[in-house]
Amino acid sequence: MKKEFKASINKALNDANLTGALGKFSEAYKVNRSKAYEGMDFEALRSRIAEAKSSAACHLSEVADTFQKNAEALGAKVFRTSDPQEVKQYILKLAKDNGVRSVVKSKSMATEEIHLNKTLLESGIAVAETDLGEWIIQLAGQTPSHMVMPAIHMTKEEVSELFSKEVDERLSTDIPRLVKVARNELRPKFLAADMGISGGNIAVAETGSIVLVTNEGNARLVTTLPRIHVALVGVEKLVEKFETVAPILDALPRSATAQLLTSYVSIISGPTPNDDGSMKEMHIILMDNRRTEMAQDPKFKQALQCIRCGSCLNVCPIFRLVGGHVFGSIYTGGIGTILTAWFDELKKSEDIQGLCIQCGNCTQVCPGKLDIPEMILEIRRRLLLEKGQPLVQKAIFGVVNNRKLFHGMLRAASIAGKPFTSGKFIRHLPLFLSDLTDGRSLPAIAEKPFRDIFPAIEQPKGREKAVFYAGCLIDFAYPEMGVALVKLLNKAGIEVTFPEEQTCCGAPALYNGAYEVAAQNAVDNIKVLLEEEAQYVVSACPTCTVALAHEFGKTLETLGRTGWLAKAKELADKTMDLSTLVKRLVEQGRLSFKEGEELGKVTYHDSCHLKRTLNVSKEPRELLQKAGYEMAEMFECDMCCGMGGSYSMKLPEISAPILQRKLRNIKETGAPVVAMDCPGCVMQIRGGFDQDGAAVRVKHTAELLADRLED
Amino acid sequence: MYEQFRTKAVGVGAEVHRVASKKDALDFILTFLEEEGVADAPGRYAVWADGPFLGGVDRGVLAGVSGLSLEVTRERAARAKVGISEMSWAVADTGSLVQDQSASDQRLASSLTEIHIALVPAANIVADKPSLFARINPKTSRYIAFITGPSRTADIERVLTIGVHGPERLIIVFVDEQGGAKQ
Repeated sequence: MKKEFKASINKALNDANLTGALGKFSEAYKVNRSKAYEGMDFEALRSRIAEAKSSAACHLSEVADTFQKNAEALGAKVFRTSDPQEVKQYILKLAKDNGVRSVVKSKSMATEEIHLNKTLLESGIAVAETDLGEWIIQLAGQTPSHMVMPAIHMTKEEVSELFSKEVDERLSTDIPRLVKVARNELRPKFLAADMGISGGNIAVAETGSIVLVTNEGNARLVTTLPRIHVALVGVEKLVEKFETVAPILDALPRSATAQLLTSYVSIISGPTPNDDGSMKEMHIILMDNRRTEMAQDPKFKQALQCIRCGSCLNVCPIFRLVGGHVFGSIYTGGIGTILTAWFDELKKSEDIQGLCIQCGNCTQVCPGKLDIPEMILEIRRRLLLEKGQPLVQKAIFGVVNNRKLFHGMLRAASIAGKPFTSGKFIRHLPLFLSDLTDGRSLPAIAEKPFRDIFPAIEQPKGREKAVFYAGCLIDFAYPEMGVALVKLLNKAGIEVTFPEEQTCCGAPALYNGAYEVAAQNAVDNIKVLLEEEAQYVVSACPTCTVALAHEFGKTLETLGRTGWLAKAKELADKTMDLSTLVKRLVEQGRLSFKEGEELGKVTYHDSCHLKRTLNVSKEPRELLQKAGYEMAEMFECDMCCGMGGSYSMKLPEISAPILQRKLRNIKETGAPVVAMDCPGCVMQIRGGFDQDGAAVRVKHTAELLADRLED
Repeated sequence: MYEQFRTKAVGVGAEVHRVASKKDALDFILTFLEEEGVADAPGRYAVWADGPFLGGVDRGVLAGVSGLSLEVTRERAARAKVGISEMSWAVADTGSLVQDQSASDQRLASSLTEIHIALVPAANIVADKPSLFARINPKTSRYIAFITGPSRTADIERVLTIGVHGPERLIIVFVDEQGGAKQ
């Protein structure tokens, strides 16, 4: 990562206004959004939107043809181009031909994308942004920090300062008063403007309509008062049918700002008469700027299903800490990273793609059903192909692909780590590694890995067999979790086997874009895990489970190693996470817990992969309650803990505040124990409490359950 | 459906009234204009955009109202405190009003003034978007406008503030007599 990028992150993290405003907003958003969607079938709604938008993306040029034909039949002029330069030239020529001296604009990301204001201003044309947030950042000479709330990073004091300069009068920081100032300042500009420029939230091909969604009422004035209306629309806004407008209007305001509907929606189909009786000149510019190329790329086609609501930013644990400006471009957050990689160039996304921690929050709320983390992984992969792997990474993954060497080094680390360990933790690492132990201790490598403990555990011989896939963390740092798992399964009469040839699940390589390494890990594991006849392959690490059950196949397919797909599927079908299996065993009456003892409160932290990829969240809670615990839910129980594999090593400055928030939420429940199903989360949260000092025990669900088995 | 509409519209800051007859509606409006101090002075005008409701009203009565104009020009509307217009549909589940506003006077009267009074036939409340979309048609209506509550922003520190570029008050008057029986 570049130094300047790290510096911009630190600047944002230390900006109390920014993190305060975004933090508060994101906390309130989650609650308000669910309220706004109450009584609606969100999954059905987003499927409808995704299907309609995907269908349009499949035939972009035909849909644009239809739009053009229908809008022109109504009297609008339609200009289509893939080149942002041509957009600017077109608007400039139009302005010159019509003697336009001043322009009012309602919010349009597409105009920001091509820096239209600069072009107009340089030609002596006055431009006023009229959306309040956009006007504020125009006066401040900044770029938007959020897609829907462009000035969310600014305080009322800063706004008052800006407005005071503009009106040449000392203004107070009273927000309603400041809003009035904006109304009064912009009103004459609306009335005097010769041209109004808008964006378009939806463009409907079958009717040639543009749909505009606003709260302030500025788009109504922009499209009513000036004699010329120009709508600049990215082609991803095209839909085929008018009927698609309804579901998008159902979702857009709810997802963007948790409103049932914005104050204003305008559906404009062709020019209407001006108030002096003349006909309005209406120009619609359909801009491509690499969107068609994107639509033709199987991995990125889904990006055109985006309706630009910004909900992915609102639920992102990273965005609420760093805001939009660190993304260095007009489009921010996860979706911004993807758009920047395409609309600018892939190289521009090199640093910012690393901000994604792959928690998957955004996939749950996206009304266009975009899988942003997956697209960011693909960017990572392509960047790596373009640039080659960094040397250090190459060396590390070279080791990971050589199981004997890798495990040998982990054993050696148990000894090499000694000087830094105190008890079960590495508290302080020296020099440049010190960031890694800043606010969080690392676990000491266990003296005896699970693979050395397992052979001594006598196995029941029965019909049912489970292959245990431990994963590196349980094998080498937390063998006790493996022991607990074996105890649970044995108790239910299941024989556990532990093939020693098993190796890293490949997740670290995959999440760093090193697909070749991940694929080799996949193949090595598939071979050994299927060698034995067993009903289940079980893991107590959700990231490993996801690798086995989802990623192996996807990775091999991406690389064209299709010969392995059938085996990958066979493994995936057998793979199960611990809580799901144990819950099944309890329901079958094969496992039960000691009764009659009240164990007090426990709070549960949902791990990203378990909750959002494997859809498991009720199972561990029910089991813990059955085992005698009282559930005390924490605030934001399913928000990432900041671990994210190597993320916490690459961006410790971001990982640390995410962890601090998690620790606070855990402490606020008053529960003396926090349970979770992921050894990675245990590493992060236990390490956090070690430095925090609070007496909260951090446990894997397996351990808590194994302790409560009936004798 | 009226009750649902009312709850939703009030929830987003609209004021909702219901009267039995057109006469009651007219009385309501004239009283309101008086109370708000509408007068023949810039900033205190009222404008009333033409529509079916006005068709049956004695225009002589309206001509006598100081500051009220039935001709909606941008100059007049920009200096008006109150704008009156008719909206065709009310959508219960979001508290929205919908109208074909292809004629610019309809938009001027409902977007430039500080207060917007919207007259709606009580029989035209529909349940939701699907029922609304069965009744609107972009092929025949060039500017379909949805209005849901007053103009709002939260662009400064996420504080909800009413009245940015559009009206800061939206007053909805349902008229039972107009096009339907009492529900």
